[in-house]
Amino acid sequence: MKYYDKLIFELSKPGRQGFTLPENGYGRCVKELPEGLRRQSEPELPEVSEPDVVRHYTNLSQMNFGVDTGFYPLGSCTMKYNPKVNEEVAAMPGFTGLHPLQPGVDGAKAVIEGLDKALSAITGMARFTFEPCAGAHGELTGLMIMRSYHMRRGDLARTKVIVPDSAHGTNPASAAVCGLEVVEVKSNAAGLVDVEDLKPLLGPDIAGIMMTNPNTLGLFEREIGEIAALVHACGGLLYYDGANMNPMLGVVRPGDMGFDIMHLNLHKTFSTPHGGGGPGSGPVGVAAHLADLLPTIQVSGFHGNFGVMLRAYAYILMLGRQNVKLAGKYATVSANYIKESLKDVYKLPIPTVCKHEFVFDGLVDDGAREGREGATTLDVAKRLLDFGFHAPTIYFPLLFHQALMIEPTETESLETLDAFIDVMRKIAAEAAEDPAILKEAPHGAPIRRPDETTAARQPILKYQDA
Amino acid sequence: MAGFSYFPHTEDDLRVMLERIGVASLDDLYQDVPERFVFRGEYDLPDAMSEQQVRDYFESLAAQNARLKIFAGAGAYDHYTPAVVPYITSRSEFLTAYTPYQAEISQGTLRYIFEYQSMVCTLTGMDVSNASLYDGPTAAAEAMKMALACTKKKTRVLLSRTLLPHVIRVVETYARFHGVELGYIDARDGQTSLESLQKELEAGDVAGIIVPQINRYGIIEDLGGFEEAVHAAKAVAIAYCDPSALAVIKTPGEWGFDIAVGDGQPLGIPVSFGGPYVGFMACRKDYVRKMPGRIVGQTTDADGKRCYVLTLQAREQHIRREKATSNICSNESLMALYVTVYLSLMGPKGLRKVNCLSYGGAHYLHDELLKTGKFEEVFTKPFLKEFVLKPLVDTEKLQQKLYEGGFFAALSTEEGYVSFCVTEKRSKEEIDALVALVKEV
Repeated sequence: MKYYDKLIFELSKPGRQGFTLPENGYGRCVKELPEGLRRQSEPELPEVSEPDVVRHYTNLSQMNFGVDTGFYPLGSCTMKYNPKVNEEVAAMPGFTGLHPLQPGVDGAKAVIEGLDKALSAITGMARFTFEPCAGAHGELTGLMIMRSYHMRRGDLARTKVIVPDSAHGTNPASAAVCGLEVVEVKSNAAGLVDVEDLKPLLGPDIAGIMMTNPNTLGLFEREIGEIAALVHACGGLLYYDGANMNPMLGVVRPGDMGFDIMHLNLHKTFSTPHGGGGPGSGPVGVAAHLADLLPTIQVSGFHGNFGVMLRAYAYILMLGRQNVKLAGKYATVSANYIKESLKDVYKLPIPTVCKHEFVFDGLVDDGAREGREGATTLDVAKRLLDFGFHAPTIYFPLLFHQALMIEPTETESLETLDAFIDVMRKIAAEAAEDPAILKEAPHGAPIRRPDETTAARQPILKYQDA
Repeated sequence: MAGFSYFPHTEDDLRVMLERIGVASLDDLYQDVPERFVFRGEYDLPDAMSEQQVRDYFESLAAQNARLKIFAGAGAYDHYTPAVVPYITSRSEFLTAYTPYQAEISQGTLRYIFEYQSMVCTLTGMDVSNASLYDGPTAAAEAMKMALACTKKKTRVLLSRTLLPHVIRVVETYARFHGVELGYIDARDGQTSLESLQKELEAGDVAGIIVPQINRYGIIEDLGGFEEAVHAAKAVAIAYCDPSALAVIKTPGEWGFDIAVGDGQPLGIPVSFGGPYVGFMACRKDYVRKMPGRIVGQTTDADGKRCYVLTLQAREQHIRREKATSNICSNESLMALYVTVYLSLMGPKGLRKVNCLSYGGAHYLHDELLKTGKFEEVFTKPFLKEFVLKPLVDTEKLQQKLYEGGFFAALSTEEGYVSFCVTEKRSKEEIDALVALVKEV
């Protein structure tokens, strides 16, 4: 990757233009608007030609790393291959040209209904709403449904929701935005929700529990049956955070485990591209007894991220009944293969079989010696970039200080996994010998480590400030 | 087992992997799943299709949708998307990347977000912008929560009744669960009433107000006096705006407002049956630490090279967890790239021309429709590209006639009016054809 220095504003030259528009044959213009309603100065937008724009953004793209560039083992993000036929489907003018309020949309409705039916079949839920635009948006919507259920029954005392200490940060944040108080339940030594710690938390003030299963350590919450029974017995509902649904494809359906509400991340499990941080889609599924609550909660403008839904539906139809079932198991075998291949050089706090991902707690030998600091998880992550791999998720979950969370997904070959394993072992060896090479990494990326402290202390947040 | 094109696993590969792990089969990796939960059935899904079958299937669904000439807005505007926009945004280095957590190999994403923030700031007249939110209505809901965070201990937020209906509905949903008490500012002659605002402010406890700039009737609101009234009450003034129009109409910054939100869709994003779009939010410098969502900042690397990073992250959910004021994580980054590339192409002149063409077409249509004698004027306030009329003919018959003629127009409003919208994509010939059909009703 090479470094390219410009901002689009720096290419600007008055008199250049990148647009073509028809002539104004109406003889009328915004100049007719009252002076007091008109903008006083031109916006400071760049004036550049079309080839300038194309070359600039092409150069920017070349400083980026995507799934199509290389292996992206980012834990909890399910960076699987994004099939190209999905892009073609989403770009069909018969879909992109539809106004959200127009009549004559039988084809679009068939997409939504077909996807609803497919996701319901895969998850064991009764019905989905597609309005949520991302996973966290789905969580919030799901919790709104949970609260609505209690409110409808006149059970207004249920103001708390239980969230495991291993949960994604969005879980407690979504609860807070939904007006619920968060009660944390601890993980036990095996990395699972501690049922004994849970029991005393349950009572008439509990709206429900949010669970990720497998959890963020990649471990299946095997006591889910007992947990579901306990939470239901106390009058609460169970919410399933579907961020980690991928390894469960073909194995378990959240509905069968007793979950009442769940969300899926179409941009994880169902292969839609992450787009540098969205657009995602976080459809929320509910059990039959909650289905009538869905229309009472509008959380986005129209029908959700329809373009993302098209891609997910195309993916499901490509895989079909036979292959959806394989995706989860292949993701799981790949994760366990990496874990077993590296556990002698990276600390593995929980040695049991994992699902789609697992967590190391730093290096076995970080190279720390008298008068020499050891290499951290951050250093390992940065050094990986030099070898053409994206880094795993780091410093999450919060249960371990040097967490390094690895998720390979089912779309990586054995050769890629082996290459990654070799590099991770090489980095471990480098650290033991002399951590300096890690501490100064990356050496071959377009930039070296950025000064984040100054960025936050003296923020420069737009071109005009620079 | 048969192979599948997205899965590289061969029988041999699986054997090697299982051996290393020390288990006999894939199913052995799931021994921790209680037997009673294991799904032994068959998914109720179709058999796998070939890629050609999938494409044919979606083409047949797309063909079931009516391709109409769009003369409606109501929150989704059919502006022209230049070819360069989808071309650039479909580059896989942008499309298949995740959130730019590893800045060293994400300078492409970080750089365009910085450009996007700069462009949103200049359009809105605000100091700082975030990296995007989901859509306009959720951006308004986030702004409502932000007003509470900025003013401490106040619990009321006022919404203008002239906001687009879907914006009001989404804000109401968030308010209901977040414990925000909503008040409403009445409309007078199709615009937010300053008198009604003052009355609501006098009742006290107001953290902020949200008013549109352009409103649900297409009217460009005169917000003179609003800023003074709101700030005297120590509340936050929030404008919900059409960012395309901000190239020519008075900006939230010029009106003295504190926060600008809206939907970036009119800036190069196809109508796409409602999404994906992109919510934007910009505010005055003083409020930046209360702003939700990601923010990109400029800094230097270890060699002194200019570069970009996610910054001010102490505001965000992954740090604050239950103390966070917003739960947003994934946003609409790629749609922010749509907007950035679009605005780079259009520049100040192009965006002005888009507005002039839309203005010209809308006013031409407006006058021609009135001449047919089938409508009455409702408001006489200035508008840009969208307007409402009172139909003197049966609305359903009118809509049906236009639909059969290949137009989506005369959208019903809650008040019993019909709305029309004209963008630069519509030609004078199309307008004339529409008017000719109206005459036949």
